[in-house]
Amino acid sequence: MSLPLAPKPAVRRFHQASWDEPVIFELSTPGERGVLVTPIEPGVRDAVGDVVAQLPAGLRRAAPPALPEMGQQRVLKHYLRLSQENLGADFNVDIGQGTCTMKYSPKINDQLIGVPQLTAMHPLQDPADAQGVLEITWNLERMLAEISGMAEVSLHTQGGSAAIWANIAMIRAYHEANGEGAERREVITTIFSHPSNAAAAKAAGYEIITIHPDAEGYPDLAALKAALSPRTAAIMVTNPEDTGIYNPAIKQWVDAAHEVGALASYDQANANGILGITRARDAGFDVCHFNLHKTFSTPHACGGPGAGANAVSEALAPFLPGPRVVRDVAADGSVCFDVQEAGPLSIGAVAPFHGVVPNIVRAYSWIMALGAEGLLAAAEIAVLNNNYLLKRVLEIPGASAPYAEGRRRIEQVRYSWQELFEDTGISSEEIGIRLSDFGMHYWTSHHPYVVPQPFTLEPTESYSMAEIDEYVGALAEVAREARETPEVVRTAPHNQTVHHTHHDDLDDPERWAITWRAYRRKYPSTGSGRRFGEGASAAVGLAESAA
Amino acid sequence: MTDSFVHPYIPNTAPATKQAMLDAVGAASIEEFYADVPAELRLGRALELPAPLVAEQDLARHVRGLLAKNRSTDERLSFLGHGTYHHYVPAVVDEVINRSEFLTAYAGEPYEDHGRFQALFQYQSLMAELLAMDVVNVPTYDGYQATATGLAMAGRITGRRRVLVVSDVLPAKHSKVLDFVRVHLDLEIVPTVNGTADVAGLASRLGDDVAAVWVETPSVTGAVEASLAAIADAAHAVGAILVVGTDPIGYGVLTPPAEQGADIVCGDIQSLGLHQWYGGAHGGFIAVADDPTFIMEMPSRLFGLATTDVPGEVGFGDVAYERTSFALREEGKEWVGTAAALWGIAAGVYLALMGPQGMRELGELLLARTRYAQQRLAAIPGVVLGDDALHLREFTIDVSGAGLTAAGVVEALRRDGIEPGVPLDAHTLAVCVTELTSQADIDRLAAAIGALAEASTATTTQETRA
Repeated sequence: MSLPLAPKPAVRRFHQASWDEPVIFELSTPGERGVLVTPIEPGVRDAVGDVVAQLPAGLRRAAPPALPEMGQQRVLKHYLRLSQENLGADFNVDIGQGTCTMKYSPKINDQLIGVPQLTAMHPLQDPADAQGVLEITWNLERMLAEISGMAEVSLHTQGGSAAIWANIAMIRAYHEANGEGAERREVITTIFSHPSNAAAAKAAGYEIITIHPDAEGYPDLAALKAALSPRTAAIMVTNPEDTGIYNPAIKQWVDAAHEVGALASYDQANANGILGITRARDAGFDVCHFNLHKTFSTPHACGGPGAGANAVSEALAPFLPGPRVVRDVAADGSVCFDVQEAGPLSIGAVAPFHGVVPNIVRAYSWIMALGAEGLLAAAEIAVLNNNYLLKRVLEIPGASAPYAEGRRRIEQVRYSWQELFEDTGISSEEIGIRLSDFGMHYWTSHHPYVVPQPFTLEPTESYSMAEIDEYVGALAEVAREARETPEVVRTAPHNQTVHHTHHDDLDDPERWAITWRAYRRKYPSTGSGRRFGEGASAAVGLAESAA
Repeated sequence: MTDSFVHPYIPNTAPATKQAMLDAVGAASIEEFYADVPAELRLGRALELPAPLVAEQDLARHVRGLLAKNRSTDERLSFLGHGTYHHYVPAVVDEVINRSEFLTAYAGEPYEDHGRFQALFQYQSLMAELLAMDVVNVPTYDGYQATATGLAMAGRITGRRRVLVVSDVLPAKHSKVLDFVRVHLDLEIVPTVNGTADVAGLASRLGDDVAAVWVETPSVTGAVEASLAAIADAAHAVGAILVVGTDPIGYGVLTPPAEQGADIVCGDIQSLGLHQWYGGAHGGFIAVADDPTFIMEMPSRLFGLATTDVPGEVGFGDVAYERTSFALREEGKEWVGTAAALWGIAAGVYLALMGPQGMRELGELLLARTRYAQQRLAAIPGVVLGDDALHLREFTIDVSGAGLTAAGVVEALRRDGIEPGVPLDAHTLAVCVTELTSQADIDRLAAAIGALAEASTATTTQETRA
């Protein structure tokens, strides 16, 4: 072989890092230290004596915690190897987790939040010493008020589902304040709204009514009207729904809810395609929330911290969580930010202090980097990317996009491999696992699978046309394999850190091992104890190394 | 957007690409994609937002300028706690959680995201050793939520409504818990005596309609509950569940609640390797025994060990996924969603670095510094300790005997760059010390409050600030 180089294949030759890294407890060496603690000063020791010896016997820990003992670099190396065995959004074409808006999280924003003027701030410091963080928080609230059309915003919640909880908690408090808490016992949602709307409302004590779509896939207004009654506390809906279909009758939905005295709560997890296009308040909603880790670019952090933003109409503003950041303008025109305790109607604290401050600063920075035109561009390109992706996916034999045939979608599409499944017996889940072998993430969809063999793709504004083409190319390759070499798909993954994992270890209380401590108890290395995996040689390896 | 608008975060704003994609889908303009949005709902104007700083250098200058208005606890001497704590964060912790692979990942399968599953399984396992319990969740939002869920679990398990609150609880935490559980549970406060639980008072109110006894240790005042075993026995005698809200920072030296009979142990992990972040870095843990009765009531994800097709390979996966709202919507236990996973990884790295010896030394240091600060402040004429309990990290002083108010002390000391603590009422100040407040720092605080007290008693006409 000699130059020139052969061209790259159409599908990436990928292999995930595979360090075969032990569970950290197996790396312990007695006596090693990872970090030292500053010593107790002689003057303190002289004054107080041996404080551990002075503890009442019942309060003095008998045996030290069995934490590993490791030198510092070994801890670092272990965790860096684990990080390499993780496919962050910065590494792949992360469009396979539809509904979750895996957009680019700008690196500058990670740098900006890393300064002591943010990391070393205590929330109960003198507000005069916290003017910067309070100003950013107040400004972001006002920006999100403009983007939603709402009157007031709170940034306290740590994720989208936590924000959904705050929505229903405020709705509950509103009806109670109006003397209707006892009568309004039902919440109506749709099957293509995020499951946390149903789950959080249930946790708040409500009965849940779930509306299914009409034959075209649009939310069924007639079914909503049949479900609404004086018992309804609220409708809690996503729009566009997880199908990517925008409900053109959304105003009629809100009006119908208001006609029976119910409130309308808008889950704006799917807002990325409508920034600057249409606003929650303009459709009449009383309350809505955004996920700053979706629409406003903060990183997803392996599953949090994210950040939620709750936006409300003037009527709901007294019910917002506290404390609130307020802006005072003095007689001389000077501006000062302060912290105000919650008022009497507030639902109180929903989380410690002011919310996920690093993500508040990141989201503020993202909006400041884009401005009004940039937000609109993000929405429009997200929608262009999605409709381009839709066209390309539908070119793959066996893929379909149920509902609203021939119509455009907003920012995502819920697709189906039903035809491919009928032809080959290969499921959507199996396709997703095989797709990971090409360095791509893929997700089926939320349960229940109303769309059969579902998958949901959301390309956001962050991915180039070439990257979208690459993703579709990998999907097409796996679909081809499903027809021609199904065993390759069925036995996937082949290029990952680990191979096909046995789920029966995870659902049986007798067998599951949720911590290393429980594992060692359930699978002792000697004696007659059970062996992990019921005699599989893997179990022997684990058990022996735990000795 | 105008045709000339090209942004680094949005590659397909490049005009030729945008046109090629429109052509590919047969659309004349992007406007076509919004056909389902009724005209009456279209905004029809530009959003009113500040002019953007599209060049990265301009954005950086702007945001750094705003943050430069802050004066952090590096520049002030802080004795603030009350829910967010100033502990040292080892460099390796930040190095790991700032890795792009972890920071930008989300919801990959245990194949391409093996590292995330292992790191969080290890977090669960390291916390389990510290707490001496077999099961710990992937973190929920914060200690408030963890405790609210722990109590709600107790309600579901027992089918009862009454919860007896026997400790002094952080007011904001109490507020959150109350609003979360009030449909299902009734919280009844059993007033504390001398800083900790009134065991006799508890016994007189216990009955077979009590779902849970809720202990906070350390309490909002930093008091460590000394009668936990007796409380556990009393609760268990009527079939109630003992829920203990705690901060895990002391369990290198203190007996973990599970070894004194706690059934559900919950709290916050901010102390374990997370910066203060203006109160914006919290994660909640819930720990229980390896008992399906408890585990199946947990809403959070639980990662477990699994075998794979290859002998010797260690895999991971979700344990009992069918409990969750991901699987069952409203029929799941509460809900699960994006919460605080990265903070869990941070806490795991922290515990691995500290090891048993580090956690023991830190626990001892915190007890010693707390005791020392109590001695120094109580030596000021007119200043007395709030109670006689054992304290970890936080304690209260009553300054009324020195002619002072808590708010007055705060206002006066802030002028010297000291945050002396958090006023709990007119005369009570909650003071917090950690490994970052040295003997010299504590001496400086004592001298400053001592000088105030002296000036107050010397000048009887001095204004006392409310």
